[in-house]
Amino acid sequence: MVLYTDLLVVGGGPAGMAAVLQAADSGLSVILLERYDQLGGQLVKQTHRFFGSKDEQAGTRGNVIARAMEEELEQLDNVTVLLEATALGYYEDNILLVSAQHSLKKIKAERIIVATGAAEKMLTFPNNDLPGIYGAGAVQTLMNLDGVVPGRRVVMVGAGNIGLIVSYQLLQAGVEVVAVVEAARQIGGYLVHAAKISRTGVPIYTGQTIKRAYGNGEVEGVELWQLDHNWQGIPGSERSLAVDTICLAVGLRPLTDILVQAGCQMAYVPQLGGDVPLRDDNLKTSNHRFYVAGDAAGVEEATAAILEGELAGLSAILELGAKEGQSLEVKKRTVKKKLDKLRKGPVGEKIRAGLLKVRRDGNAGKDRYSHTG
Amino acid sequence: MKDRTIICRCGDLTLEDLQQLIREGFTTLDELKRISRLGMGPCRGSTCLELVAREISRLTGVGIGQIKMPTNRPLLTGIKLAELAGEGDD
Ligand SMILES: Cc1cc2nc3c(=O)[nH]c(=O)nc-3n(C[C@H](O)[C@H](O)[C@H](O)COP(=O)(O)OP(=O)(O)OC[C@H]3O[C@@H](n4cnc5c(N)ncnc54)[C@H](O)[C@@H]3O)c2cc1C
Ligand code: FES
Repeated sequence: MVLYTDLLVVGGGPAGMAAVLQAADSGLSVILLERYDQLGGQLVKQTHRFFGSKDEQAGTRGNVIARAMEEELEQLDNVTVLLEATALGYYEDNILLVSAQHSLKKIKAERIIVATGAAEKMLTFPNNDLPGIYGAGAVQTLMNLDGVVPGRRVVMVGAGNIGLIVSYQLLQAGVEVVAVVEAARQIGGYLVHAAKISRTGVPIYTGQTIKRAYGNGEVEGVELWQLDHNWQGIPGSERSLAVDTICLAVGLRPLTDILVQAGCQMAYVPQLGGDVPLRDDNLKTSNHRFYVAGDAAGVEEATAAILEGELAGLSAILELGAKEGQSLEVKKRTVKKKLDKLRKGPVGEKIRAGLLKVRRDGNAGKDRYSHTG
Repeated sequence: MKDRTIICRCGDLTLEDLQQLIREGFTTLDELKRISRLGMGPCRGSTCLELVAREISRLTGVGIGQIKMPTNRPLLTGIKLAELAGEGDD
């Protein structure tokens, strides 16, 4: 069986939901795929008040933002939401293979927006397969969705926003955070978050990393060591911490497999988290059917994901000949302005540098999937 | 117990195994995937391939941005045979 639709959106996080919402009065048919049994993506786990732009819901809790978007979505009768539906792969003849509630479906769409978000990066260190080692995402799922704490004494690896926020959530849940360890010389996350952690007396060790974990059948402790300027461990600088849990928050990597399969030109851009597709300023990739939005386009934050979802959604439905094209063009310009504004200033510096490498203008990052050049 | 560093959880491949293979001359992800179980597990390499790319880069001196990623074939995630078998039904 093949399903036909005008617009297909892969990923039901903030970017994907925002994209779908643009099609409200378009008269177009839309399918939204989400691999989990619930919409919202990363946001459903974010029970803290959001950082970000004041104009764009900063101060609201992430899960509340997700719920509001979902309610708006439920009002649309031209949209079909498929939950527990994973996009498996893209084939010639424009077929997207989907495993939906344990049966396979093929979907053919005029335009596809990939809003699959990002996956957590891992680390290699001795005994990294001991029980008691988790990614920050898994810890959040345990605590904020299942109401279970991962352990009693935790070391957090990574002092970016995610490491800092999850540390704080652990502390609030009554878990002892023994230390936050960061390989870089500086704390990557916002200082407000770091300050919150420091006030509780939890030390943040910069310029250090995990040398090894140890334990008999499960984590009993961790050895840290200092790093020199070439990121090499310094012998003699080791210190041990007795912990039962190691939480890794060492960054995210955009999930772009579908785009690679669709033959989109890719670029390796460390500032955006890894391999991302080249795109024009409407977020269209080098494959004319495909758009990208949100963390899949470059790891950033929810506000940017929502605005990118809106931009990709508006651009796609305009191409598909949506009704009321004039007013949509105006809306699109407004969204672009908001994105520019969001990325201004020192906090947007890294993203701006990354975005210079995803244009088809000769400065693009290297395509690690191109086996011809 | 001796320390053990896992690089591919799904394929149970250790860092030592990987380093050995790289020393034997298997220095691309495509070759490594063919010769070991690397990247072929349920996660389809989403956890390990980047770590392996880093190790290749470190041992061969090729920049991380220059490492060729393996040819990406459909089926992003493991699916059950029953799903495949049921495909013709509806
Ligand atoms: C601990 C933590 C704290 C954060 N705090 C903030 C904050 O305070 N402020 C802020 O602005 N941002 C914050 N963020 C970041 C924010 O959550 C993300 O930037 C945002 O969720 C990205 O949205 P997205 O829609 O691009 O991706 P996601 O939210 O990751 O959604 C992607 C969705 O796609 C689905 N999917 C993936 N692959 C497939 C497939 N093949 N088939 C079907 N579905 C698929 C996934 O299941 C997921 O639901 C935080 C993130 C974390 C982890
Ligand atoms: S960790 Fe290597 S395939 Fe899953």
